[in-house]
Amino acid sequence: MSKRITIDPITRIEGHLRIDCDVDGGRVKKAWSSGQMWRGVELILLGRDPRDAWTITQRICGVCTTVHAIASVRAVENALKLEIPLNAQYIRNLIILAHAVHDHIVHFYHLSALDWVDVTSALKADPDKTAALAESLSSWKLNGKHEMRAVKERLAGFVNGGQLGIFTNGYWGHPAMKLPPEVNLLAVAHYLQALDVQRKANKIVSILGSKTPHIQNLAVGGVANAIATDSQSVLTVERLMAIKGWIDELDDFVKNVYLVDVAAVGAFYADWTKYGAGITNYLSVPDIPLDTKGTQFALPGGFIENKNLLGQKQIKSFDDDFWGKGVEESVKHSWYDYSTQQPLHPYQGETKPNYTDFQDGGKYSWLKSPTFYGKPAQVGPLARVLNMVSAGHEPTKKYADTALKLVSSLAKTQVGIDALHSTIGRHAARAVGCAVQVDELANQWNLLMANIAKGDTKTFNQPVFPKGEVMGVGFHEAPRGVLSHWVVIDDGKIKNYQCVVPSTWNACPRNEKDEAGPYEASLLDNPIADPEKPLEVLRTIHSFDPCIACAIHLTDKENDTSVSVKVL
Amino acid sequence: MKAVVLGVGNTILADEGVGVRVIEAFERDYAVPDGVAVIDGGTAGMELLEPLSRLDFLLVVDAIAAGKAPGELVKLVGTEVPVFFRRNLSPHGIGLSDVLAALEFTGDSPKETVVIGVQPVSMELSTELTRGIAARVPELVAQVADELSARGLAPIQKVGVGGTA
Repeated sequence: MSKRITIDPITRIEGHLRIDCDVDGGRVKKAWSSGQMWRGVELILLGRDPRDAWTITQRICGVCTTVHAIASVRAVENALKLEIPLNAQYIRNLIILAHAVHDHIVHFYHLSALDWVDVTSALKADPDKTAALAESLSSWKLNGKHEMRAVKERLAGFVNGGQLGIFTNGYWGHPAMKLPPEVNLLAVAHYLQALDVQRKANKIVSILGSKTPHIQNLAVGGVANAIATDSQSVLTVERLMAIKGWIDELDDFVKNVYLVDVAAVGAFYADWTKYGAGITNYLSVPDIPLDTKGTQFALPGGFIENKNLLGQKQIKSFDDDFWGKGVEESVKHSWYDYSTQQPLHPYQGETKPNYTDFQDGGKYSWLKSPTFYGKPAQVGPLARVLNMVSAGHEPTKKYADTALKLVSSLAKTQVGIDALHSTIGRHAARAVGCAVQVDELANQWNLLMANIAKGDTKTFNQPVFPKGEVMGVGFHEAPRGVLSHWVVIDDGKIKNYQCVVPSTWNACPRNEKDEAGPYEASLLDNPIADPEKPLEVLRTIHSFDPCIACAIHLTDKENDTSVSVKVL
Repeated sequence: MKAVVLGVGNTILADEGVGVRVIEAFERDYAVPDGVAVIDGGTAGMELLEPLSRLDFLLVVDAIAAGKAPGELVKLVGTEVPVFFRRNLSPHGIGLSDVLAALEFTGDSPKETVVIGVQPVSMELSTELTRGIAARVPELVAQVADELSARGLAPIQKVGVGGTA
């Protein structure tokens, strides 16, 4: 007998997402992903000065502030064909990478680990055995007995005090929870340590960006940071040295804790390498520009169709037509109307709302449905890592290999790169990508220091707006995947603006050809042990790191996940 | 004594951004004593963990859906505060409520938290407050000053500012 599960909203994500699944015989047979918030930031930007767009777009979302600011200045610079100074690239790159490392650590430990880790089981753990296990896996300094005993005590006090607080919404004791008590305790210990470590990444962003959560140092044409070796009020050597110290601490945690934990969780949940592949067309863009034009990048990107890593096509520059001409958005299943019955390129994009009810075969989401050359594409850490591996990026190959070898030895079976096309594979790819990013963070710091040492202190090129119409795209490989802003400027004012955000690629409804989007496709055949507690759905959806707070809406409902199950 | 005045909200959704607008006006009109930080939190989440750790006093300024008449001022203290965050009365509860829950677990919660704000009129797409809510901003700015003064952290009104009241 078929049942319809509706989860509305999905918790521990930013924004309001509804997921519906038809379940039969303990498996998901059909799924719908529905963004429940209207996003109209594009309309606010019309007629404004393009130099102000980034300060407005960084208010789209509470998590992705920095990334919308970056994509916006890049779009305007692309339209003006404006090069930016090397120092500005390096400073932006440091902000981008520190933000990404922050985001990935928080996502794994604080937003998704509780899908796999049973906090209440950790209370049954032997802290000394936990320490022994941890020390066998890694040389991390905070894996000792005293640490584990203290964590267990803190957790017991918290739970016995009758308030689960941050752990309220977990499916504790669920049959799909498989970790032994000691691994659960270790995960709780690292959850706490990650709270502390993520602050270091955020300090880097706040020093370089002048403020956080909303950075203030960007400008169309570069950055507003003044560089001097002898002044207190600007980016001094002392501040740069402090940044290096935090980079080193992040490096230690990412490689000796995060990567190891993901491998351990992956080994215990090896069955989850069989679920959640969904759409295996993978799109990523190159990022971390190394020149003033955006033609050379530290991290490559491209498009892989149907898992074919050997057939990858690379995206080479900010101006690459292979990228710029491939993107279209359909609203056939979205609560918008276009003036034509066809998908539209973002430069021609329209934002006209048309809310119907939730219609299984019709319109059911506020998200549009983007495609790359007519095909749905998965974006995010897995797309990024597979594209970097395909492009022969050595550090990515190295950390992917490290992670897969560790999983193989813990699971006592050979696990290859094919296992990454899965729910748990997305977590592994995020950790691998994070190790690459933390290395690149150190590299960009070295490049900035070397460039300053040469006597170059330039950080800004003045933009000049021509008469008439120009258009440009700014892309950015954000933590959740490809982000692009598309701007049309007429006589120095914004004439059209469209944001195609990572979670639109992944969480989109069916497209013009009625093909499912990545979330929807990834849920097919997921097991469901208990329809009233659909933990497995959360596992697959959270593995994408959803973030659809492109706007915020008022609610006075209880903040608990509401799950409704209906017999069909 | 360590205190933070945190303005939260989304400045592109009309009255949703009132918390941010209040702290902008407050910073324009007042200088705060040492130990007090004024933060534009927007709709942020975990980035706020560091600045909100181990505070003696946290004052949150926000749009509050308390079922009151639009434009009515609201103040939440004591046990109403956790209820406010848990029930997600704040339009963007997820980020800040997660931060406060995490601080509770690590034992770094603020010793005292007070939430002040106003029942919004409109949450439509706009970078401007509605007129009714904009008119309440001076009172909220004065209230921020009063809350700080009551805790021995009196801010100093800047010279040459016409006053907000």
